[in-house]
Formats: sequence, C-alpha cells, structure tokens
Amino acid sequence: MDTIFAEATAPGKAGVAVIRISGPAALEAGRSLVGPLPDFHRASLRMIRSLDGSTLDHGLVLAFPAGASFTGEDVVELQIHGSRAVVSAILHTLEDLPALRQAAPGEFTRRALDNERLDLTQVEGLADLIEAETELQRLQAQRVLSGEISAKVLEWRRKLIEAAALIEATLDFADEEVPVDVFPDVLDLIDQVRSDLLVQISGYGASERIRDGFQVAIMGPPNAGKSTLMNAIARREVALTSSIAGTTRDVIEVRVDIQGIPVTFLDTAGLRETEDPLEAAGISLARRRARDADLRIFLATKDTEIFDDLSGDDFVLKGKADIADGVVSGKTGQGVDQMIARIAYILRAKTATPSVAIRERHATAMRDAVSCLSEATDGVNQERDSEIVAESLRSAVKSLEELIGRVDTDDLLGDIFSRFCIGK
Amino acid sequence: MGVAADRAGIQYRLLNRSKGPAVQGPRAQMDRELFKGAVQAIIAQTKNLTVIEGQVVDLVIRSGKVTGVVLQQGGELLCDGVILTTGTFLNGVIHIGTETTSGGRMGERAATKLADLLYGLNLPMGRLKTGTPPRLDGRTIDWDRLERQPGDEDPVMLSFLSSAPAVRQIDCAITHTNARTHDIVRENLNKSAMYSGNISGVGPRYCPSIEDKIARFADKDSHQIFLEPEGLTTPSVYPNGISTSLPVDVQQDYVASIVGLEKAEFLQPGYAIEYDYVDPQALSHALEVKALPGLFLAGQINGTTGYEEAGAQGLIAGINAFLAASGGAPCVLSRADSYIGVMIDDLVTRGVSEPYRMFTSRAEFRLQLRADNADQRLTPKAIDLAMIDEQRKAAFDQKMQHLESVRLILRSTKVASRKAHESGINVSADGPARDGMELLSIPDVRPAALAELFPDLQDCDPQAVEQVAKEAIYANYLDRQQRERDRLLKDEQSVIPDTFQFSAVRGLSAELLEKLERQRPETIAHAARLEGMTPVAMNSILLALRTKDNRKASVR
Repeated sequence: MDTIFAEATAPGKAGVAVIRISGPAALEAGRSLVGPLPDFHRASLRMIRSLDGSTLDHGLVLAFPAGASFTGEDVVELQIHGSRAVVSAILHTLEDLPALRQAAPGEFTRRALDNERLDLTQVEGLADLIEAETELQRLQAQRVLSGEISAKVLEWRRKLIEAAALIEATLDFADEEVPVDVFPDVLDLIDQVRSDLLVQISGYGASERIRDGFQVAIMGPPNAGKSTLMNAIARREVALTSSIAGTTRDVIEVRVDIQGIPVTFLDTAGLRETEDPLEAAGISLARRRARDADLRIFLATKDTEIFDDLSGDDFVLKGKADIADGVVSGKTGQGVDQMIARIAYILRAKTATPSVAIRERHATAMRDAVSCLSEATDGVNQERDSEIVAESLRSAVKSLEELIGRVDTDDLLGDIFSRFCIGK
Repeated sequence: MGVAADRAGIQYRLLNRSKGPAVQGPRAQMDRELFKGAVQAIIAQTKNLTVIEGQVVDLVIRSGKVTGVVLQQGGELLCDGVILTTGTFLNGVIHIGTETTSGGRMGERAATKLADLLYGLNLPMGRLKTGTPPRLDGRTIDWDRLERQPGDEDPVMLSFLSSAPAVRQIDCAITHTNARTHDIVRENLNKSAMYSGNISGVGPRYCPSIEDKIARFADKDSHQIFLEPEGLTTPSVYPNGISTSLPVDVQQDYVASIVGLEKAEFLQPGYAIEYDYVDPQALSHALEVKALPGLFLAGQINGTTGYEEAGAQGLIAGINAFLAASGGAPCVLSRADSYIGVMIDDLVTRGVSEPYRMFTSRAEFRLQLRADNADQRLTPKAIDLAMIDEQRKAAFDQKMQHLESVRLILRSTKVASRKAHESGINVSADGPARDGMELLSIPDVRPAALAELFPDLQDCDPQAVEQVAKEAIYANYLDRQQRERDRLLKDEQSVIPDTFQFSAVRGLSAELLEKLERQRPETIAHAARLEGMTPVAMNSILLALRTKDNRKASVR
C-alpha cells in the first residue's frame, strides 16, 4: 500500500492548516521532517524542517498508530500555520520522499472505509462531508474545464490518444496494412504535450496565487508608520476578510481583497541593528517572511537607507506624510489609494498567465505525466520494445486522468479504425 | 481447445515475432475437418459425458430457475444448468444483395423459437452483423502467379502440451485488389445489402466488408487478400479480406478482376448475416443470466466474435454451470490475471457496441498477461478446480520448480557494474550493482551473456532460463503494475450484496443511480469501471456498504 499525504484542511483560508500523512511509511516520513515523533495520540510542538535541514515552520505534531487512526493506518498529522508558502513548502518536501505520493480526492476517506475505521456515529457526519466534497469538486472541475483551458486539455487528450493509438496499431494489427515506423509521429506528439505541460507547471505558481492570494510585505525601520499604514489599508474601500496575529513570529497579517485579488499584507518588525537577541530574531524572521512575499514595500523615513532585499517590482515610499515630506500617511490616509492602485497594477500583471494547474494535485499529476512521457521518449531512443513505450504512455495518460478524463481502449480503437483500414 | 487445434494446425505464425513477448500472439490455421474430429474425440473420451443431439425449442423454468430444456423431437431434459451458445443462429438472417433469407449460416436453419423465448424472458436484446467472403475452389486459382506466404520455420504451438505440428503444413498466398476491382465494387455499391438499408445490425469496425473498405477509404487503391486453404483434403479456399454482401454476379465479377483469381470458381458465395444477441450487461461475471439463475450464455450470443473469445466463454460458462450445480462459489478470473478476465469484465460492465474482439490493448496488465506464462497464471486455478489430471499437474509443478531455481540463482548475487561491463554487457562501468534479473532487463542482454557471471545457470533447464529471461524484460515495470494490481484485486473481493439498495446511497447523481440499479455491479471493482463513476460516488457507496455491515454486526 502506498503512503499518501495531502493538506486535510481547505486550502488558503484558515489560520491553521493540517497536513495528513497516512500509510506504512507515514511515521518514517514524519521523523524525517520533525525528528523524533511525540508519543502516539499526544500533540507536541516541533520544528518542521526540509530535508536539507532548513526550517519550514513550527507546529503541533501528532502521530497515530495503525488501528487507532482516522484511516486505520499509521498516520502523522502536522498542524502548521495556514500560510500558502509554508503549506506548499512542506507538501513539496513530502513529495521528494521515496514511497510517498499525493492523495487522490477522497482517498483518506476511502482508506478509512477500507479499514472499517468509521462507526455509525461518524458515518452520518461523513455523509454530509461527502456531499460537500461533491459540490466542491463540481465547482473545481467546472473551473478547470472552462474556456481556453478546456480546449488545451482536450488537445492533450487528443494528442495522447493519437500517440497511443499509433503504437497500439502496430502491436494489435501488425498483420494489417498499418505503417511500420510510427515513432517519429509518436515522438512529435509526445513532445508537444510534454512542452505544454512544462509551461503549465511553471505557470502553476501564478494560479496558486490567484487561488490563495498574494503576500505583500511592508518593511522599514522602526517607527516609520508601518502599523498605522496597515490599519489604514484595512479600513479603506478594500474588504477586510480576516486578521491574524502571528504572535509567535511578530508578523501581523491582514487579508484584504484588492480589485478581486486576494492579498495578505504582512506588517514586519522594524529593521535596525540591535544587540537584543530577541529583537534580532524578530528582525531575521521579518526579513525571511518579506523575502518569501510576492511584493515588498519599503516604508522609509528621511534618515533611513536600508534598501537591501528589494528587487523587481518592489518599491519605496516615504511615510509620515502628515508630519514630514512623505508621500503616504496611514494617519491621514494621504496617498493610500494611489499605493493600493499601484499594488493592484503590479499583481494583476503577475496573474496574466494563469495555468490549468489550479490544484497542487493537478500540478503533481502533470509532473508525473512529464516524467512518464520522458520515459516513453527514452524508451524510443533506446529502441526498447514498443509495448514498453506503450506502457509508459499509458502511465502518462493515467496520471492525467483527472484532467483529461478516462481514456479507454475504445478511445484508442476508435482512433485506429478511423485512421487505418483494418480488417482482412 | 489448444490441444485440439494443435492436432489440426496446418499453418503456424507468431504475430509480432520481432517485438516483445507481451505482444507476441501465436496464430494457427486449422484444417476444419481435423479440428472437428479432434474436438469430437476429446468429447468422446470424457468420462460421464453423454452426447444427445437435438434442437432446443424451450426452457423448463421452475420457481424462477432454469431446470431443463425442451427438445423439438419431443421430451424434456432436466438439469441444474443450461448453457446457450447460439452463434449466429439466433433469428439469423442471411443477406446477399437484396435477397434476404432466414438462416443460421449458409445452408442451416435459424433458431427462431429460442429467440422468441429470450424475448419472452424480457432480456435486453440487440442485433449484430458479421460478414464472410465467398469460398473459392483452390483448384481454379493460379497459385504460381501469387506471392507465397509460408508458416513460421519454428512454429509456436497453441498448447504447452504440444511440441510440434501434427500434420502436414501448407502455404497461403497473397494477392491484392486493384483499380478495376474497386470500380466494380463502387459501381454496384447500391446493390450491396450493406447499403440497401435492409441491415440494422452493427458490424465490427475491424472487419469491414470490401464495400466498406472502398467506400470509407477511397484514397486507398489496393487492399491485400490472404488466400487461406481451409484444409488438407478440401479444395475450399478462404480469401481473407474481401467479405461482402454484394449480389453473387457482382462478387464473381470483382473476384475475377483480381490477379490469380481470374478463373476462380465459387464453392459458396459471400454473405452478411444478422443475428440477435443478449446485452451481456444482463450477465454476472460467471456468465449467468442475473434475472434467471441456471441459464448461462457464451459466445456470439454475448456480443463477441472470434473463436478464442467464444471458446474462452464456453470454458467459463461450463465451469460455473458445474459449480452452481455442485454448490461451489463461482469461478471469476480477474482482469489482472488473464485475457479471459479482461474480456468478461469488459462485457458485463460495459456491454458492446459492435461485435467484441480481444486486443492486447484492452489489458491494463498486458506486460504480465503473456502467452508464454499462460500456464503459470492459470494452471493453479485449474488445479484448484480439479480440472486437470495428476500427470499434467506433476509436469506443471516440475516446471514451476525449474523456474524458481533459475530465479533464485539470478536474484542471489548482485554484480558490480564494472564486472558486468567487463564481461561484455552494455552498462556503464560505474553504475549501480545489479542482480541477474536486472541485467536481463537491459535491452538485448540474453541469458547466454550471463553464463560467466552466473555459472550455476549451466545446471538449469535451458527452457526455464529462457522463460525467466522473458519475465525479466518487464521487471522494471512490475512494481508499478503490482500496486495497481493489488488495488484491483482488493476491489474485486469487495462484494456488493444482491440486496444492497443503491437508492439509499446519499450523494449519487440520478444518472449514475439509474446505471447502478440497472447493472447491479457485483463488486466494488465492477462499480468502479462503470461509466460516469467518480471517486466521491465510490466513497459514498463504500460508506453505505460499511454502514450496512455495521448494522448487521450490531444486530448480531
């Protein structure tokens, strides 16, 4: 049985996210992220690190043994901060572990059912959950399969069916009048789909932002008016959707909606040289969070010159316009609308190339498909038997099933019979 | 069937000889009379078997179960199970040009009473069509002008029990249609039964008539024809590739336009035949009619075409009729273990839209479902069912032991890449260490190349070594397939009871619910293959199933 993992909470909205790992390798995977696991059923605070040892987050870790977990298998749950960047980083780390893969939709529930882990009282609640899941899936599918994107997905489907059909024709109808060497055409089709997928995978970041929101960090020296500006932003025409105090990290988050784009503003600790180890830790956290954000606004006072960490679209504003010669003031509201307009303009440009891959799962599916398609291409180049190349192609199609739909033998046969005159 | 075929095989060809073993298909052409004789001989020497010939006109049904058949010559035969194998006879209608006649095949009556009976049982019925070419008199064919097509030099037998062909081998010949042939067919297209509107049955796309080939692939100016002698003693020749339902005079015209066939005389005209079939979605995986226990169907009546397809269903229907009569659990083969399993699962879960033929592309586990390991996959099941004699079992056990010792030797040692490289195997000298199976999975590495690295192989049965080498070709893909296989087998074992109420499952779409209630899938694997099934719907069903189990458990 595979070990599977996924975010078990709805992505992007909550202050706390839960990542669940289930299966025979779950405990081992948990250990490679957090070191020794707490005793079963006991929550314990742990640093969560990537495989190279860098800190990803800290959060509560729980472990459950097979037979006494939600799925009935060994389970590790990580309760972490709901930040998109954090969740993403942990999911990527898990993906790199051997023997682990992303869970398919409903797969945790499915395992719980298979292992008879659900009793009657749980069943009623779960039925509601399944119905909600259905609606959610419907909406997601609709989003994936609309407009330009659906044309793209259909094109992949058509090309993969054609490539597979060409190979299958030489295997199942070798004694018929079918072309002997189909591989140049097959390689061409595979290549087209693969480069398309690679574009989509790289565009995934932008889509993720559309769904989960951008992060904009406000940096600057102490007493530059950052917090006042944050309050002003939260009170403006923009809608306040949530406000989370990250007490452990000295970073205040305000989530707002700017012209339809979800944006989280980060108010970071004032930057300055300091001897105080506690303040130094806060500053280093502020820098790290700011670095991971999508955009940085440096709020300057007239005697500060700390412009490091800035790049690309980042910009500098002089603050405290109410009492000095600045351009923006949180206190009077001067310049705030202009600043928001500028932010909206920059972020909108970043969303110009949305990807099909709106879910992490879809991105994983595409990565798997790319690796299978590469395997197929290698197979052709190494002159492996056609049925082995066909097998790689079949795996690619299977990886993409959720996007392009189920591909049956009948789809392949239909293509073969319309293309070639088969039949003695 | 394999044994009988090898007693009658007059030409053997291994399809895809140049490709891997997973897609190599042994083909053989039989002498029709010898094959019939071989089958009859096997039947005659089967103990406790009495053959009664007669036409069945009715079924005896008592309390919703088939308990016998009524014969046309009078009298009832009482029994525990009936297997219907009606071929193309069920309401068969033969078309030649605009002429239509009732018939099961040329020169034989159709089975109409039996068809009425099945309609009377309210079984879902449909109509299919197939075609056949004219039979030519081989003595009137100009063989010398034609390209010969001999059989393979080292023929691959159909049964593991045979070692060499039993009778004289023959050559076939190849000829082609030409522009004149196409002109004749095109000019007379409106006279073809196919285009007359008389035929409602659906024909197979992979077996088009010559009319179809010319109408649908107008850009092709020639099609190949295989001239296949039908036996050693009969002059009859089967021109494979020109099945037709044109009027006889047009058939004669176009055949005479073909090189080598200018003077060919007909022994029998080509024709199309339409026949009834029962939608196989009405069957269980045991091939039993779900609505009428005791009635089993096999062959063309289930919408298939082809001899192997029919033979395989006959085998499964026979086994299950016996098991039902003796109170045993049904014998169902998995998609993961055999083409038979793939076929029956396809039929009963998806139904057919044209006569169903087996193709290797239908099998998800194609790399494992190979002709070379058919015995390893299926003989254990035959042993479980006590279907084979001691002698055959002993031979099988010995073969398995030979294979196992080869595998052990190959798996026992990891060879450093440098050493493998030095012994002439195409690997880089600084790669990972590999065991013998892994070395054999490298393209073009044959067992002989391992003689030095694995000296113990010398003492092994050479055939066993060759066999294990075939497994090794696909060793790298085994893990991925094994995981899929485990999942499938688990789902196949999750039985959905007959009493289960799909309407009580929450969150199913109306469309899916209708399909589930009509099809009544027997297992979770079966349900998962229905069109329109989603993971969420799957979970809802599992959930409802578990709830049911739990309720039962709490009552108990």
